[in-house]
Amino acid sequence: MNIAYSTELICFLILSAVVVSGSLAVVLLENIVYSAFLLGGVFMAVAGLYLLLNASFVAAAQILVYVGAVNVLILFAIMLVNNKEKLKPIEGLRTRKFISGGVCGGLLILLLRVNITTKWNLPGPTSIGEEATERIGEHLFTDYLLPFELASILLLMAMIGAIVLARREVSIPTGDINDLKNKKSLSDKKIPLLSENSLK
Amino acid sequence: MLENSIGPVPLQAYLIVAAFLFCTGVWGLINSRNAVRVLMSIELMLNAVNINLMSFSSYIDGSIIRGQVFSIFVITVAAAEAAVGLAILLSLYRNRVTIDMESFNLLKW
Repeated sequence: MNIAYSTELICFLILSAVVVSGSLAVVLLENIVYSAFLLGGVFMAVAGLYLLLNASFVAAAQILVYVGAVNVLILFAIMLVNNKEKLKPIEGLRTRKFISGGVCGGLLILLLRVNITTKWNLPGPTSIGEEATERIGEHLFTDYLLPFELASILLLMAMIGAIVLARREVSIPTGDINDLKNKKSLSDKKIPLLSENSLK
Repeated sequence: MLENSIGPVPLQAYLIVAAFLFCTGVWGLINSRNAVRVLMSIELMLNAVNINLMSFSSYIDGSIIRGQVFSIFVITVAAAEAAVGLAILLSLYRNRVTIDMESFNLLKW
């Protein structure tokens, strides 16, 4: 075993340990702010796994989209909603956790068994390594052109939908807004920028 | 089985990590009472799927790498899903002043 092999092995072990322990912490920790930051750590470790798999472009996209956008969005949502809320205790919650833990453990055992017993078609063709980015570009503009355009439409729809859903409803009286009386009533209402709940 | 792979890390190791990540996400999805944590669990599951796609693309489909293109599409859909999900969450919080999943039973028979 030369030094490149052992380096790759050590990197894989560290990254997979970060992924496994980080995902457990994301699910199990009480404080959701810690969970959100650890989720960013899990995303970075997954990007490291992509680098080990010769996929530098997808690793960069993972860091840009997940850590840069999704994680920041989740942190904003945590800050906007009130996280000091005391949750009402529910009977049977413990039993539910154990039962679902059993189900998920069974699913894990099933997946591992399939994973180990299947005869994978190995070794496949040799990996093209650093040409992967060019090949992804060729794919996106030839045989995957339609999904690519649909993805752009999906992103536009998601952006408009998010704006419409998260917008605060402010009712402006119909009629002439330039009317002096209406203007006065609008300014007298003193619509707060933040609701009282988010200020607490 | 494990020794006919190219590099030092077999394909099965990546699949094991992805399976574990997916099961953790499922457990968190079922058991979280905070709505933001439910969205975080969904992101964990999508990442597990992405690891699977990438490892198959690197080990079995190394010359055409369709898996990498697929994982780019998955990343796009995940970003859209997170944006819309968090917007729905904010709108729910504005209406019901809670993020407890157990209190979102508006449509319960």
